[in-house]
Amino acid sequence: MASLTTDLPRRPAPGRFLPAAVIAAAVVLLAAAPWWAGRADLRLLMEALSYLALAQMWNLLAGYTGLVSVGQQAFVGLGGYLFFALAIFSGLPLLVAMPAAALATGLVAIPAGWIAFRLQGAYFAIGTWVIAEVFRLSAAQFPALGGGSGISLPVAVARSLSESREGREMAMYFLALGLGLSATFGVWALLRARWGMALTAIRDSGTAAESIGISTRRVKFLIYVGTAAMTGLTGAFLFLQKLRITPDAAFSVNDWTAFVIFIVVIGGIGTIEGPVIGTILFFALRQVAADWGSWYLMLLGAIAIAVMLVDKRGIWGALKARTGWALFPVERRLR
Amino acid sequence: MVWVNAIIQGVLLGGLYALFAAGLSLMFGVMRFVNIAHGDFIVVAAYLALTVMVSLGISPWVAVPVVVAVMAATGYLGQRLLLNRVLGKDILPPILVTFGLSIILQNALLETFSADSVRLPAGALETASLTLGDGIAIGILPLAMFATAIGVIAGLQLIFYRTPLGRMLRATSDDAEIVPLMGGNNAHIFAIATGLASAVVGVAGIWLAMRTNFDPAAGPVRLLFAFEAVIIGGLGNIWATLAGGIILGVAQTVGAQIDAGFQILAGHLVFLLILIVKPTGLMPRMTG
Repeated sequence: MASLTTDLPRRPAPGRFLPAAVIAAAVVLLAAAPWWAGRADLRLLMEALSYLALAQMWNLLAGYTGLVSVGQQAFVGLGGYLFFALAIFSGLPLLVAMPAAALATGLVAIPAGWIAFRLQGAYFAIGTWVIAEVFRLSAAQFPALGGGSGISLPVAVARSLSESREGREMAMYFLALGLGLSATFGVWALLRARWGMALTAIRDSGTAAESIGISTRRVKFLIYVGTAAMTGLTGAFLFLQKLRITPDAAFSVNDWTAFVIFIVVIGGIGTIEGPVIGTILFFALRQVAADWGSWYLMLLGAIAIAVMLVDKRGIWGALKARTGWALFPVERRLR
Repeated sequence: MVWVNAIIQGVLLGGLYALFAAGLSLMFGVMRFVNIAHGDFIVVAAYLALTVMVSLGISPWVAVPVVVAVMAATGYLGQRLLLNRVLGKDILPPILVTFGLSIILQNALLETFSADSVRLPAGALETASLTLGDGIAIGILPLAMFATAIGVIAGLQLIFYRTPLGRMLRATSDDAEIVPLMGGNNAHIFAIATGLASAVVGVAGIWLAMRTNFDPAAGPVRLLFAFEAVIIGGLGNIWATLAGGIILGVAQTVGAQIDAGFQILAGHLVFLLILIVKPTGLMPRMTG
C-alpha cells in the first residue's frame, strides 16, 4: 500500500522550475513598476492589486469553505470607515491606523458571522447582504462621519505618508503591492499548511471532512473572520487612495462584491491562480470597454453566466484539468 | 393615534412584502433554488406594467392579465432554457447565474428607461380612503394591495393542496429525485413552479409600480425584503410568509415614525433580531 505523505515535493521535478520562475519574474516586474510605469498605469496597477486582494479573500471564502457571500462590501466599507475614524479622531499614524482598522473589522465580523451562520447556502448569501445594508444605513446615521454625504480625509493625514507627491504615490503603490502579494501568498501558505488540508477537504466534501474529524463549522468561521479582516485592510487602503468615503461608495455591492465575484468565477474559483487571471482579464477588458457604460456591466454578467454554463471551473480550472499546470502547487500526491 | 396609524399602514405594507416573498418562497420550496435576481424580476414586471398601461395606453383590465401572463411565460422558459441547467448539489452556479442576471437586468433597464424614478399612476384610487374615525384613515389602494396578497396566497394554497399540479409540486418539494420514477418530468415541474412564481412576481410588480416610485436599481432592496419576510415567517409555510411580511412592514412604518431615516434600518434590525432569537422563523414547517 502506498504511504500517504503530507509533504509537498521537496525537490523540484523537471518542469516545476518554470512556475517558480514565472512567479519570481512577475513579482520583480511588479516591484519595479514605479520605475517603468507611468502615473496612470501605476494607478491602474494599484487598483488591480487591491482587487486581487479582495478576489483572493472572496475565493478563499467561497471557493474553499463554500460560504458564498454577496455581502463582502460590509467589510470593505467597515475597514474604510474605521480607518477614517481612527486616522481623523485618534491621531494614530496612518500605518498603525490601517492594521488597527483591519483588526477592528475582524472583531466586528465575529458577531456578524455568528448571525449570518444561522443561514445556509443561498440564504447565507442574502443574509450577508442584509448585514452589509445594515452597515451602510448605520454609517449614514453618524453625523461625526459626515452622515449620508460622507467625509474626506484631511490633507495633513495623507501628507503624513510622505511630503512629496512622488513619495506618496510610491508609498501607496508599495502598500497596494503588499496587499495583493500578501493576500495571494498568504492563501498559498495557508493551503500548504495543515489548515489547507482541512480547507481542501471541506471544498471537496463537507460531510467527508466532518467525518474525519475536521470541525468544519469552526474552520469556516475562522476563515470568515480572517477574510473579513483582510478585506477590511484592503478597504482601508482603497479609501486612503480615494481620500473620501461615503456610505454608498463604501458599501457598494457592485464595486466590492459583484466585480470581485466575476473576477474569481471567470478566472477559476477554488484555485489561487484563478483570481490572478480574473483580475488581469477584468482590468484588460475594462480598458477596452471603458466607454461602454452599462453595456460593459451586462457583458460581465453574461460572461459569468456563460462560465457557469460552459465550465464552472473557470478559465484556470479548465486549463488545469486539461494540462495539469499549477503556478501555485498545493496538491499532495501519493508516492 | 399616530402609532396605531403606523401599525395599520405597516400591516397593509406587509401585504406587498408577502407578494414579493411568495414567489421566492415557492421556488425555494419546490427546487431549493434561491433567485438572487428576484427583486429585479419584480422591477421588470413594474416597468412592463408601466409600458403597457401608460406608453401603450392599454386598459388595466387587459394590461394586468397581459403582464402576469408574459411574466409567467418568461419564467417558464427561463427555467427551462437557463436555470434548469445549473440546478444541482453545488449551490454556487444558481447563485452566480441569477447574480449575473441581476446585473444584466438592472443595466438593461437603465439603458431602456434611464435612471429616473417613475410611478404607475392609479388615478382617483390614489387618494381614496376609508375613514375609521379618530384620525385614522385607510387608503383604498393599500387595502386592495393587502387583499390581493391574501387572494394570491389563498390561490397558491389552493393550487398546492387541491389540484393534481399541486400534488406534483409537493412531491417534487419532498423528493425531487423520486418524482421522475413515478413518471413526473422534473424539468417541466421546475419550470411550472418558476412560471407560477413569476406570475406572482408580475402581480407584485404591478403593486410595486402603484405603491412607490421605482427605478432600475430598485430590485436588490426588494429581494432583501422578500427574503426577510420568508425567513421571519419560517421556510415552507406560505401563510407564515404573510405574517413575516406584516412584521417587516410594521417594523418599517414604526421605525419611520421614530425617525424618517430609520425606516429601512428598523426592518433589517427586526429581521436580524428574529434570526438571533429564532433562526428557523416564527412558524417553520421545514428546514432549509
